[in-house]
Amino acid sequence: MIYLILTYVFFKIGLFSFGGGYAMIPLMQAEMEYFGWMSSTEFADIVSVSQMTPGPIATNTATYVGAKVAGLLGATSATLGVSLPSFVITLIIAPFFDKFKESKIVKWILKGIRPVTIGMIFSAVIFFAQTSILKVQYEKLFDFLTILFEDFSKILQIDIPSIMIFILIFILSLKFKLNPILAVFISALIGIFVF
Amino acid sequence: MEKKTILECFNIFITFFKIGAFTIGGGYAMLPIIEKEIVQNKKWMEHNEILDTFAIIQSIPGIIAVNASVFIGFKRAGVKGAIFAALGVVIPSFTIILLVSHLLFSFKDNTYIQNAFAGVRAGVTALILVTAIKLAKKALKGFLSILIATTSFTLIVFFNVHPVVTILAGAIIGVIGYFLWYRHTYLKQKNM
Repeated sequence: MIYLILTYVFFKIGLFSFGGGYAMIPLMQAEMEYFGWMSSTEFADIVSVSQMTPGPIATNTATYVGAKVAGLLGATSATLGVSLPSFVITLIIAPFFDKFKESKIVKWILKGIRPVTIGMIFSAVIFFAQTSILKVQYEKLFDFLTILFEDFSKILQIDIPSIMIFILIFILSLKFKLNPILAVFISALIGIFVF
Repeated sequence: MEKKTILECFNIFITFFKIGAFTIGGGYAMLPIIEKEIVQNKKWMEHNEILDTFAIIQSIPGIIAVNASVFIGFKRAGVKGAIFAALGVVIPSFTIILLVSHLLFSFKDNTYIQNAFAGVRAGVTALILVTAIKLAKKALKGFLSILIATTSFTLIVFFNVHPVVTILAGAIIGVIGYFLWYRHTYLKQKNM
């Protein structure tokens, strides 16, 4: 039964994958939270591991979660589930390659979806910040009601070492085009010494 | 299966296994490597053909690396080719993550590992922000796209709306919005 659930959940994630791994972080996080399969910190860690290991973030997360929840067979079900939509949809599209390329409706749909995926990547930044830079007192810091009715200084504290690492890596990769793998190693090294 | 097909499928499998095993950094990082391997080394496709392929596979749902491998595998040797291509690209990361997850489970309580990961989480926050800024600069042009991006961000972060809902809404708004825009400009042209 758990194998079927894993396949189903990751099939859904694969089916709504647009715009690459980072854009999928909010979607995967929503599902992980719903099923209670991983804490947000653990999920952030596995995304971080995906920066250093080969392979797409979505399949890496599927394999990891599957293994954690139900061992080797679980890992296989989840990975199969996340890859299946890719497989089926690509095979359906492949024979109609040229028609698909010219279709106006497809173009319009994509023009609507692409900005959504960019919004999702910015949400992924907030999610990641909540696991590192921001020390959060409440579960839903960014909940609309929390912001309206709670004392913000009480629930939001900034972690000084984390924000230093964040600023350093931000400047290095935006201005000096630092390699992401190197960025991960530098962050890990600083992490060992400052925390 | 004929002997020729078996050999071809094996060839496809090995090619994508290599790509899957040696590209770090997700799907987008894989595309240039796939291009080099398929166009220059294997000569399975022309340069223009692979660029068209990349445009298509990024415009359908799914994992970019798997979409690309399935498409190329299918062009090469039909459904069998697609299956072997997909297996080739997924098996390396599958194996590596199984090993890594084993290590992570057993070193979970080690202080050094925990501190290293705390550092990495802060660093990756910056990496994602850089990607987001670059994409926004490149793709957010015009009022409607900026509005859609900001709205989806607000809904997900502050109102806890499921991302699938925002994707579907984006698709519907895109079709309606750009259809009206198209009709508007079309009618204007006709009246001129």
